[in-house]
Amino acid sequence: MRRGIAATALVATLALAATACGGDDKDAAGGTKAGGELSGTVTWWDTANDAEKASFQKLAEAFTAKHPKVTVKYVNVPYGDAQNKVKNAFSSGSDAPDVIRADVGWVADFASLGYLDEVPADMAKKVDAEFLPQAAASGKFEGKTYAVPQVIDTLGLFYNKKMLADAGVQPPKTLEEVKTAAAAIKAKTGKAGLYLRGDDSYWFLPLIYGEGGDLVDAKNKTVTVDNEAGVKAFKTARDLVASGAAVTNATDGYANMQTAFKTGEAAMMINGPWAVADTYAGDQFKDKANLGVAAVPAGSAKAGAPQGGHDLAVYAGSKNTAAAHAFVEYMTSQEVQVQSAKELSLLPTRTAAYEQPDVKSSEMVQFFKPAVDKAVERAWIPENGSLFEPLKVEYTKAITGASSPEDAAKSAGVEFRKILKGWK
Amino acid sequence: MAAHTSQSVAKAAGDDVENDVAARGRSRRTDSDSGNRGGDRGGKGASGFRRAVGTHWYAWAMVAPVVLVLGVIIGWPLVRGVYLSLTDATERNVSRTIGVRHIEATYEFVGLDNYVSVLSDPVFLQRLVWTVVWTVACVSITFTLGLVLANMLNRDFRGRAAYRMALILPWAVPGFVSVFAWRFLFNRDNGILNKILDGGGIAAIPWLDDPTWAKFSVVAVNVWLGVPFMMVALLGGLQSIPGELYEAAEMDGASSWQRFRHITLPGLRSVSMTVILLSTIWTFNMFPVIFLLTRGGPGDSTEILVTQAFREAFIASPRDFAASATWGVLILLLLMIFALVYRRSLRKQGEVW
Repeated sequence: MRRGIAATALVATLALAATACGGDDKDAAGGTKAGGELSGTVTWWDTANDAEKASFQKLAEAFTAKHPKVTVKYVNVPYGDAQNKVKNAFSSGSDAPDVIRADVGWVADFASLGYLDEVPADMAKKVDAEFLPQAAASGKFEGKTYAVPQVIDTLGLFYNKKMLADAGVQPPKTLEEVKTAAAAIKAKTGKAGLYLRGDDSYWFLPLIYGEGGDLVDAKNKTVTVDNEAGVKAFKTARDLVASGAAVTNATDGYANMQTAFKTGEAAMMINGPWAVADTYAGDQFKDKANLGVAAVPAGSAKAGAPQGGHDLAVYAGSKNTAAAHAFVEYMTSQEVQVQSAKELSLLPTRTAAYEQPDVKSSEMVQFFKPAVDKAVERAWIPENGSLFEPLKVEYTKAITGASSPEDAAKSAGVEFRKILKGWK
Repeated sequence: MAAHTSQSVAKAAGDDVENDVAARGRSRRTDSDSGNRGGDRGGKGASGFRRAVGTHWYAWAMVAPVVLVLGVIIGWPLVRGVYLSLTDATERNVSRTIGVRHIEATYEFVGLDNYVSVLSDPVFLQRLVWTVVWTVACVSITFTLGLVLANMLNRDFRGRAAYRMALILPWAVPGFVSVFAWRFLFNRDNGILNKILDGGGIAAIPWLDDPTWAKFSVVAVNVWLGVPFMMVALLGGLQSIPGELYEAAEMDGASSWQRFRHITLPGLRSVSMTVILLSTIWTFNMFPVIFLLTRGGPGDSTEILVTQAFREAFIASPRDFAASATWGVLILLLLMIFALVYRRSLRKQGEVW
């Protein structure tokens, strides 16, 4: 019985392999993709948030206008669960999506496990030539291109212009200034100065970059989270909360942060361009001009925010790779990127997109573009994504005062070395 | 007087036990007798076995599917889990099929290395201590509350059925829905609990943000989820206690506490022993409450053994299947040891179980 199934599967596999090869050849030789011979279903797992998803679904389904025989199946997977869900689907092969929207930190991980289909050569060349170089870097693993950057982002300091003006303070440039500003805001309005997310270690990165540190030094295969700068960063985090300059939560931090900022309970928060559409929906920002964005406040060394963003990648086991790659190319095309910049204030990854009037006129894009250019590029190693979980545990402990900054840094280092076997 | 009653109850129970044992003994004897007779008649032992199968083939046939299914869905994963815990299997080296490509497994047998590394890590002891505290707290509170409520509901009063329905409700709601609802209630900035406290002029409580309060919160939610089961089981037990015993005790002038102590508790013993065992095993492995309410946090302060095993397998990357299996096997061993000790202590108390 089992052997029978296996034999059938083998035959089917061989047949598929043969057709897949044929398809690839045609693509490479004739570039007939636009000819409309593509057909079938492309399932796309998108991780956009609630404020963004309707826009993306509309854009994705418009692909059918170009390729009438291709049906796009749009599935929204909440970002928080996505990495796990994608891995489950990819490793079991059943019900796996054809295209995923992967956080830039996941690409190397998925590629190293063999889950991703390489980007076709002609598209890979375009990625090198037409995209922002730091965005293109995130889609590569061991010199090959596995993903096409869809959006790029970084963190900035969002502030409520009116609240700051009422308290008579300027947008702070350093964490010291955040403290003074917060004290003034508290005195004048009774509200909190800064909301600093305490349940996600991505929000810890500006603090550690601010002290001149980093999580790891990939070139020298060294864990650096527990060095002097790292300890200082944990101290800063604790100090911001303990001094009352910042409020935080150890659970549901993102939702609480957005609520606090949108309702004026907190005057500032650190967040990225993906939050702009949702923030505009808040009471305080009915007049969009009330939202101001500045660079993340500097620590004792400099101001630094991490480079983030999302790439689109094709599952290596997809039955419809030709259509899937065409879909990725479409979703990362200039017109789609300009559209999402206009509607959602998301940053394009194509250099030329920044010349478009719709993009130029977007205040958020105008602010975030220089920030992205200066953003700290992370180490694109497979373990990139897994470092955040143990770091989160220690960050939460440190920020809530459950353990000392020194212990938190030390434990994070221990956990990192368990993940990065053989690193110093 | 009360003492007398309790003695007679105990004696009656003892008689029951004796009768039961005797009955079992008799039936066992009968079996072997018939076996012998069969053997005598057939002349050989083997044919005795064949005969037994022949006579009871339908019983075997009935049991076979169950054995088969249990073997497939429990036995095989168990064996496989134990085997994996002795290897270095991770996401990178297990066999997997990606579309048309099949990647062969390359993991190796490493003996007890995983156990050594888990047991020598202080994390294991931390998790074990909190898991035990969590289990004991949850089971004892749930049991006490369930017992009180069952006693209250066992009386005749107006609207009894409605109260029973209301108290069963938490059990009818899917667990994850309840837990998410509680998560909203516990939210420090925007949760209803803190809004109510605020209305009363009390400062907000960091329900899920402070390690101690988070522990309190997970226990509270688990108790809330567990009480209906306890209540129903104990209510069933209460109703099986003959009313005459209470009447007799009352005639003898026993106070209500004496009646509870000497009739209710002994009468409930077999039921309560069972529900406590079940509840202990469930609570020990209660994944959803912890995972959905706090994700083991803040930090790792509410992480129990099961959620830690999940963390090893599904949160770290590459997923460490071997380490997760090791945690799983250790959890199983702990529960088996607990069940054995529990059973032995019941035996000592004269309970046949």
